[in-house]
Amino acid sequence: MGRIPRSYLINRLITLFLTILIAATLIWVIPRLSPVDPADIMLGRMAAGAGSVANADQVLAQLRESFGLDQPMIVQYFKYLGNTLLFDFGLSTASFPTPVSSLIARALPWTLGLMILSVVITFVIGNALGAFMVWERSPKLVKVAIPAAMVFTSIPPILSGLLLMWIFAAQLRWFPLTGAYGLMVEPGWTWDFALSVLHHGFLPALSIVIVTFGFWALGMRGLMITVQGEDYVKLAEAKGLRPRYILYRYMIRNAILPQVTAFALKIGLLIAGQVLVERIFAYNGMGKLLYDAILDQDFPVIQGVSYVIILMTALSVFLVDLIYPFIDPRIRHEG
Amino acid sequence: MTEPRNVVLKVRGLSVFYATPTGDVRATDDASFDLYEGETLGLVGESGSGKTTATSGILRMVSSPGRIVAGSVELDGVDLLALKEEDLRRQRWSKLALIPQGAMNSLNPTMKISAQIADVIRTHTGKTPPRDRILELFQMVGLPGRIHDMYPHELSGGMKQRVCIAMGIALNPRVIIADEATSALDVVVQRVVAQTMAKVRDALGVSMIMIGHDMGLMAQMVDRIAVMYSGKIVEIARVADMFARPAHPYSKILIDSVPSLTQRQALRITGGITHDPRNPPKGCIFQLRCPYAAPQCREPQPLREINPGQLAACCRAEEILAGTAQAREIADA
Ligand SMILES: Nc1ncnc2c1ncn2[C@@H]1O[C@H](COP(=O)(O)OP(=O)(O)OP(=O)(O)O)[C@@H](O)[C@H]1O
Ligand SMILES: [Mg+2]
Repeated sequence: MGRIPRSYLINRLITLFLTILIAATLIWVIPRLSPVDPADIMLGRMAAGAGSVANADQVLAQLRESFGLDQPMIVQYFKYLGNTLLFDFGLSTASFPTPVSSLIARALPWTLGLMILSVVITFVIGNALGAFMVWERSPKLVKVAIPAAMVFTSIPPILSGLLLMWIFAAQLRWFPLTGAYGLMVEPGWTWDFALSVLHHGFLPALSIVIVTFGFWALGMRGLMITVQGEDYVKLAEAKGLRPRYILYRYMIRNAILPQVTAFALKIGLLIAGQVLVERIFAYNGMGKLLYDAILDQDFPVIQGVSYVIILMTALSVFLVDLIYPFIDPRIRHEG
Repeated sequence: MTEPRNVVLKVRGLSVFYATPTGDVRATDDASFDLYEGETLGLVGESGSGKTTATSGILRMVSSPGRIVAGSVELDGVDLLALKEEDLRRQRWSKLALIPQGAMNSLNPTMKISAQIADVIRTHTGKTPPRDRILELFQMVGLPGRIHDMYPHELSGGMKQRVCIAMGIALNPRVIIADEATSALDVVVQRVVAQTMAKVRDALGVSMIMIGHDMGLMAQMVDRIAVMYSGKIVEIARVADMFARPAHPYSKILIDSVPSLTQRQALRITGGITHDPRNPPKGCIFQLRCPYAAPQCREPQPLREINPGQLAACCRAEEILAGTAQAREIADA
């Protein structure tokens, strides 16, 4: 305990780097297996816009060159790798010639904000409910109401999003239908803007929370049942400790440990789930960016977004690896 | 042992049953006994005879599917089974502590050893104990001070057991129940831990209920022995009386199975409990295996005083003591 040993840190950093490298490679290889030529697509789009394109061959060659597609594969790969590690993903083909990195930089804060908000809420609520389902002293109502609320867990996020949108935005008009902030407010560090962001983020966050908290609640319930039968919990009761103290310090404190691990592994999936929710609410995040890029076959953007998502997952696993020994004394910084 | 002594713990008619789909298991059935000030009472019986269940009844810690069906447990005149929950919580540990059967898993893996002793002291006294008090407790049970900031997984089994003993004496309780506190340890460590327990007990003068399989160890550690068979207490007597002249046929079998008083050996009884615990025979609980069973054994057999200080639940106890009891007089039911 205390400090993190340097060898452990280096070890984890190497793992992190390798993960990122493999991910970056896969992201490069997979689109290249597709028969679609991005330059063709762009040309097609130009043609559709202008009716026809004069000296098409020349334009095509020029486009290929600007994407670096005229070079040998191996050169392309290492160039790509070097650029990617520096967060240079090239230019978007759909909103040519905007750099992918600036598209991502614009979208990332929104996604991170929405995700951190909804993930923290769902993790806290889910685990608390799971714990209370097991705790003997919970009010009866809790034990009846929670399993009923779990029904939502089986709904896909796209439906929960539409449902919430229909009820609270379209019918009740409590919340705006779409967007990340109001058209009338100027983005900046003002109260108006913050309120607008919260107001707009509420339904998207809720539609994620409502379909994901059950996962945590069910997991926590199982873990709590196991912990409840442990000798140390029985002894805690014999010790005459206060019930609430036993709940937090002896039960939840131990039951939560595997949930923290699951949390790190789930980050990637959570982002994936968020893609559709962002799309429904026209929320200007990575999810919407990715969705639109897929529709437009905008490979550089798809690659960039995928890379950032994998990077976020790898980073969160890395962080949990570092933190875990501090929350579970049986695990040491080793290997 | 001749002067009249105060009763600390008075158990009367304690019955704890477990509900099963095919009926109640009568794990502890109508148990009554007294625990005197400063004495150690041994509770023996083969596995499944209801020893742990009886203690969980005394502690009022029976969990589903079990339930306390009847009885009273008076600690210094206060019936624990009738107390309000919050009052019961205050009595726990400050008056009645437990050294649990599974000491290996009885410590919270995410809390430092010292914190697990400190929390019970803080809860019941309202004050966080100084470091010195924890170290003093460690010293009493022969633990090194360096474990203060350790976690349970860093301790050996014997050390964990000692931590449990230190925890048990932290509030100077009136009664400590030790449920097979040593049986999970290897033989050498068992002996040392048992000695530690005896030393601490003598130093504090605390009353104790000690549960175990090991008749030899019992003989060295306890003042009186209560013998349980299939949920019933069949005999209670002073150690010397129990070993010299057991009055209940089952106690007699137990004693005979121990080669000598000084040699230690776990209970080894062939046969085990033969009847279905959900459906015990009418009358004496032991009649199906008793070598002296007679027609009158089909009547209920309450514990009764055979000699001063010796109680047995057998209608033929006097004959057995006199050595005149005839072998089995009834056919198997
Ligand atoms: N949760 C339960 N459900 C049903 N029956 C139970 C339960 N717990 C214990 N029993 C039964 O109660 C009886 C007494 O069990 P108990 O644990 O009190 O025995 P014991 O004397 O402490 O045994 P050991 O020496 O092995 O610790 C046994 O027949 C057991 O099968
Ligand atoms: Mg037991």
